[in-house]
Amino acid sequence: MKKLLLLGNEAIGQGALDAGLSGAYGYPGTPSTEIIEYIQRNPEAKERDVHRTWSTNEKTAMESALGMSYVGKRTIVTMKHVGLNVAADAYMNSALTGANGGVIVAVADDPSMHSSQNEQDSRFYAKFALMPAFEPSDQQEAYDMPKLAYEISEKYHLPVMMRLTTRLAHSRAGVVINNVLEENIMHLPEIKDQFMLLPAFARKKYKHLIAVQKDLEMESENSPFNKYIEGIDKSLGIIACGLAYNYLMENYDKCNYPILKIGQYPLPRKQIQNIFNECDEILILEEGMPLVEEMLKGFLGDPKIHGRLDGTLDRDGELNPMKVRKALGLPKLYSKDIPELVSGRPPALCVGCPHTDSYKALTEAMKEYGKGHVFSDIGCYTLGYLSPHNAIDTCVDMGASISMAIGASDAGFFPAIATIGDSTFGHSGITGLLDAVTQKSNVVIVILDNDITAMTGMQDSQINGRIEQVCEGVGVEKEHIRIINPLSRYHEENVKVIKEEIAYNGVSVVIPRRPCIHVFAKKKR
Amino acid sequence: MKKDIILAGVGGQGILSIAAIIGTAAIESGLHLKQAEVHGMSQRGGDVQSHLRISDKPIHSDLIPNGGADLIISVEPMESLRYIPYLSENGWLITNTKAFINIPNYPDYDELMKTIKSYPNHIALDADEIAKSIGSPRSMNMVVLGAASIFLDLSYEKLEEGIKIIFGRKGEKIVDANLKAIKAGKEFTEQNK
Ligand SMILES: Cc1ncc(C[n+]2csc(CCOP(=O)(O)OP(=O)(O)O)c2C)c(N)n1
Ligand code: SF4
Repeated sequence: MKKLLLLGNEAIGQGALDAGLSGAYGYPGTPSTEIIEYIQRNPEAKERDVHRTWSTNEKTAMESALGMSYVGKRTIVTMKHVGLNVAADAYMNSALTGANGGVIVAVADDPSMHSSQNEQDSRFYAKFALMPAFEPSDQQEAYDMPKLAYEISEKYHLPVMMRLTTRLAHSRAGVVINNVLEENIMHLPEIKDQFMLLPAFARKKYKHLIAVQKDLEMESENSPFNKYIEGIDKSLGIIACGLAYNYLMENYDKCNYPILKIGQYPLPRKQIQNIFNECDEILILEEGMPLVEEMLKGFLGDPKIHGRLDGTLDRDGELNPMKVRKALGLPKLYSKDIPELVSGRPPALCVGCPHTDSYKALTEAMKEYGKGHVFSDIGCYTLGYLSPHNAIDTCVDMGASISMAIGASDAGFFPAIATIGDSTFGHSGITGLLDAVTQKSNVVIVILDNDITAMTGMQDSQINGRIEQVCEGVGVEKEHIRIINPLSRYHEENVKVIKEEIAYNGVSVVIPRRPCIHVFAKKKR
Repeated sequence: MKKDIILAGVGGQGILSIAAIIGTAAIESGLHLKQAEVHGMSQRGGDVQSHLRISDKPIHSDLIPNGGADLIISVEPMESLRYIPYLSENGWLITNTKAFINIPNYPDYDELMKTIKSYPNHIALDADEIAKSIGSPRSMNMVVLGAASIFLDLSYEKLEEGIKIIFGRKGEKIVDANLKAIKAGKEFTEQNK
């Protein structure tokens, strides 16, 4: 019996590899990043030549995965929860085209927003798309699930979601490894129009998708990942989804209440009905948003159902053993408070970070215009909002800096500045830049090129080495693409360049270019 | 056997190496293990922690409940106190005393030490100084691990084996420096417990 010590994310990667994976696609994003990183450094993936490079964004990743599925191969596409918003067009439509080779859409949610802008729950997307979903409770299930997920995906010709959350994604445990399945042989879809969504075909496919829901429910009913655990005390029944099950069991040596452990969706209707009929009250433990709870409670609010909606559990934030303990009505455990003298230690730009020098120059160039002019984006450089930098004003979603600067400029706001990282620019900035060029917006776009995707832990940036060519190709005038070196000894020069571009009435791109201080260490590795 | 351990420090101080070595030693000893760690945002000089659970029985939660930790092992003094709510009534607080100051409102150092010493079960050592004195200034984290080693219920040899496995590919010199560091930490605790 071979046992490996794996993060939840790594277990999914190994599980997919052992289930005959031919290609992994994705865009980095905490807490999903380690799935692809694991596959990238896995010797067997190398030997089998499994495709494993990063995509430009989640949408291109999802579509590439569909292409691989179209020719009959098994594939996985990975992203963080907000990445699924970017991939949503491809994702939602993939529920209609379905899959030929098995497709797993692995999405990692981040309740409590440890490193995210929101805490959306991807299970809603699975339900929205009428797609089956798997939610592991531990690392072993994260490893075991891909095999069944591919089976279901190929049996029903449907992509399936694997949803996990930060805690499992980034927690390590021993995982027992199984035998390895062969990769699929290349083959086109048997039905010629499978991937053709002209309305006449799409309408038929949608009816079919609705029709198979009862079969998917049956799969859930018989799934090894949905388990009804008998209990003698029927005053309460507990439905525990994914890793919430562990927080429940942490509080008991033996739980006397009946438990329904959920790991596969759509919900197993009979098992739910069973626990509902059998027990006086129902407590629902789910990580993220109250999806199951809302379904069972209904709009009018069945008073028998308890969870996040009636205050039994906090409405927001990650679950933990203590929150679940409180919801179970168990006595509080011994615990001392944090001593008062402990102060917060928020993350900050590293000492020597190129972004610091870029922001110094920008802030000085902007001095005469007052506050509120700098639309920014997502990456290490977002930390430039904090003291002592106080250099930027917004962070919404990847690419928003450029488009928001355009909108503000359209309203007559001057100057309108955007700051965006190199990876973010490649991900979602180019389309905004095209808008700016097309409508001749008066904006200055600062592309902070540190040679890498730093925030998520040093992944290659797809656009690396081609930023100015891309800007030129999109139509920015060559003399208004200015490359500067963000080092304190060039400060005066840099300020001057930025001031000149602010003064230019049109689209300017300034590219402060200096590698993140950790790039060298990474390349050495 | 069950040991629930909070590892604490500042991003970049090497708590994940401590976790990896204890983890390897635990697996080599045939124990169950779960270890939740922090990735992403908090690595940029922010506080980082890891929940490490070892047991001879299967472990449920990836997170340690409040009041459940047998040990807090910290490579930075203020960070050791951030996780006090997790410490069990008879748990041990083991911390480096060398402050890592990258925030403007770091607490008064004497007050900080007084607070640490107010916990009856504590080991406080200047691991940076000890690491320097034995000629391996970069092995501060292993000195702290050494100081905690006698509370782990893992054999010392298994921890040494863990160091050899984890640092092995970095070469013999690095392995030796770390072995020396863990020993120095262990000796400190034996003399000052
Ligand atoms: C849609 C979406 N995908 C992924 C992420 C995760 N994410 C946050 S910042 C970032 C990339 C940052 O890279 P870059 O723009 O080069 O800036 P740097 O961190 O290097 O300064 C990523 C991938 C996200 N927040 N949203
Ligand atoms: S990791 Fe790199 S880009 Fe991010 S703050 Fe540190 S130096 Fe700057």
